[in-house]
Amino acid sequence: MDNKDIKEPLIHITKRKAIPKKQEWTIRLLSILFALIVCAIVMAVTTHLNPIAVYAEIFDGSFGSPRKMWILAKELSILLMVSVALAPAFKMKFWNLGGEGQMLAGILATAACMIYMGKNLPSAVIIPVSLVCAVLAGGLWAFIPAFFKAKWNTNETLFTLMMNYVGMQLVAYYIIIWESPKGSGKVGIINQSSGAGWLPNLFGQPYLLVVLVALAVTVGMFIYMNYSKHGFEISVVGESQNTAKYVGVKVDRVIMRTLLLTGAICGLVGWLMVAGTDHTITTTLGGGRGFLGVLVAWLAHFNPIGMILSGFLIVFMSRGASEISTAFGLNESFGDIMTGIILFFVIGSEFFINYEVHFRKSHRKEAADV
Amino acid sequence: MKKKLIAMLVCLTMVMMPILSSCGGNDSDAGDGIKVGLICLHDENSTYDLNFINAFNETCEKLGVTGIVKTNVPEGQECYDTAGELVDEGCSIIFADSFGHEDFMIQAAKEYPEVQFCHATGTKAHTEGLDNYHNAFAAIYQGRYLAGVAAGMKLNEMIEAGTITADKAKIGYVGAFTYAEVVSGYTSFFLGARSVCESATMDVTFTGSWYDETAEKEGANKLIQGGCVLISQHADSMGAPTACEEAGVPDVSYNGSTVDACPNTFIVASKINWSPYYEYAITAAQNGEAIDADWTGTLETGSVELTDINEKAAAAGTAEKLEEVKAGLIDGSIHVFDAAKFTKDGAALTSYQADVDTDADYTPDTEVIVDGYFHESEFRSAPYFDLQIDGINLLDTAF
Repeated sequence: MDNKDIKEPLIHITKRKAIPKKQEWTIRLLSILFALIVCAIVMAVTTHLNPIAVYAEIFDGSFGSPRKMWILAKELSILLMVSVALAPAFKMKFWNLGGEGQMLAGILATAACMIYMGKNLPSAVIIPVSLVCAVLAGGLWAFIPAFFKAKWNTNETLFTLMMNYVGMQLVAYYIIIWESPKGSGKVGIINQSSGAGWLPNLFGQPYLLVVLVALAVTVGMFIYMNYSKHGFEISVVGESQNTAKYVGVKVDRVIMRTLLLTGAICGLVGWLMVAGTDHTITTTLGGGRGFLGVLVAWLAHFNPIGMILSGFLIVFMSRGASEISTAFGLNESFGDIMTGIILFFVIGSEFFINYEVHFRKSHRKEAADV
Repeated sequence: MKKKLIAMLVCLTMVMMPILSSCGGNDSDAGDGIKVGLICLHDENSTYDLNFINAFNETCEKLGVTGIVKTNVPEGQECYDTAGELVDEGCSIIFADSFGHEDFMIQAAKEYPEVQFCHATGTKAHTEGLDNYHNAFAAIYQGRYLAGVAAGMKLNEMIEAGTITADKAKIGYVGAFTYAEVVSGYTSFFLGARSVCESATMDVTFTGSWYDETAEKEGANKLIQGGCVLISQHADSMGAPTACEEAGVPDVSYNGSTVDACPNTFIVASKINWSPYYEYAITAAQNGEAIDADWTGTLETGSVELTDINEKAAAAGTAEKLEEVKAGLIDGSIHVFDAAKFTKDGAALTSYQADVDTDADYTPDTEVIVDGYFHESEFRSAPYFDLQIDGINLLDTAF
């Protein structure tokens, strides 16, 4: 009788102690495997397509040809840089949802330099000037909310979010000024005939430069976060602002400095897109990467190297989605559904890595299994 | 624990096997003709893109060539990348459907001189001087004019029935941008209406977007409240037609029939049929013949079409009248932009320099009023009529 008096719940959840890396990764990989199986079932039931063929096509979307691999590398590089830029802010528990606006600030600054200087100055002048302008513009876009946060403790989530819309409207305003032809709402390729302000193709590869910069930024950020005093301060502020103050860290300075860095990298991304790859400006050039980057950074626990993996997953799926929409006539939304299922499992797996689920056990098997 | 997981996976795989094997593959390489590609801004959920996709697929089937459709391609570097992918897949001719794709198509055309690039609605082919880059459009102003005639007849019917007086015959028009394509569209529509209803006037509002359902609906409602008794639009959503159906105001639509959603108010719609162009360009590419730098489809080529007339909303005798006007447009006895039929600032125009060659400063460069009428879509395929004529009142050009 004594045992039955205590009502044990059917399921209860406890926080795990640290588990070995190997086990962590097993859980992650299994979650992806499960996700693929669930996707396959959904696919087979709703579209009557052969899931294996669809998966092969998705793989093809990223690796089907050298060009596709380059596009994958470019897309991954850009997303990765945004994620890497956002990571220190998030690690500091500064909820920067303004990556999009910070990119747009860099995009706008670069486009302005290319348009106004393109006729009179050589690329050798335009490129460095536009780089500086873009980095400053992006930095400023992040610094403003950081300054208000540091001085008056304003809500940075709302502030950075709203700065996105300010940036978007500014870009929309300048598009009307720069549009060609008049009334069309499009700027088109900037300096298409002269190529003024365009970044050079390294070894004939238009996207190689972006990839190299992304690698440098990622590695640089990894070192900055893990081996520098600044990086240490960021993690202390993230753990507890009071502790940080107690040990003599100037919290407001750390916030402003870190956000300046975040914004500067986002501005750099904008510069790479306008001067390096796209050579145009639209309000949607950021492509939602400012938000996607948050997801990528969180999935990787703010580890820049881990973000290569989580970023790859996102870009790989989105490239695959457009591939299957062409090959099978599936709407691209189907790709989004698949990405949604995979993310659901991957994020869910983090739960199982951090927590353990216990089922009520029958007393006979008590010690048998964990 | 591990063993359990593995067991579960094995079970799942076993369950999956029959499902997998029941689904057939999908290899749709048709015929041994050439491969052609189409780049679309959106997918089949947009009426604008659907119009291109349907025409493309029909033409590919008819000619026995393999068509590859790439959807949701933004007007940026993605367009160039996608064009490159289509080249990799072996396409010998590639089409794009959105105005903003133009520069990226030109970029691709320069890189792949052996592949033909055809861009709908663009303006630069005749000045770029590339042998493998081409623009196409349709003389949709003819279709707009015909649709305008149907609108004018509806106004006349309302005047005769005593619903409105002649001086209240005001049309409302929901436009996207203040761009020549839109200006040409609403002006030809207005001239069509006024050719049968002399007292007609028109208010135009702009949304600043090609697709913004809310703004288009609000725009139509604003026009209706402002006293417009008939609505037409040049934007791609169902916003304006829906607003008309709710308010019981007749609507002349665009791109396709909206009769299913608006059975009481839809009169007729004009649309571009891209099949004749696709057939022309693909056949030329197959035979190794040159494709025109600018190709303008007309009523005669079958590129400009009207949908079925909704007898419930249209005025009596509309179909007969439209046939008559259509014949006049084809034989040249009627010109849409007849300089004698409109005035600007109170005076008739005898000369006008239009900006046909796109440049950053919009320099007027070509005399377009010859033989007493404005020659639209003849010096290049995309419209360049950008005059603000009397009788049309622009409400909000600043969107």
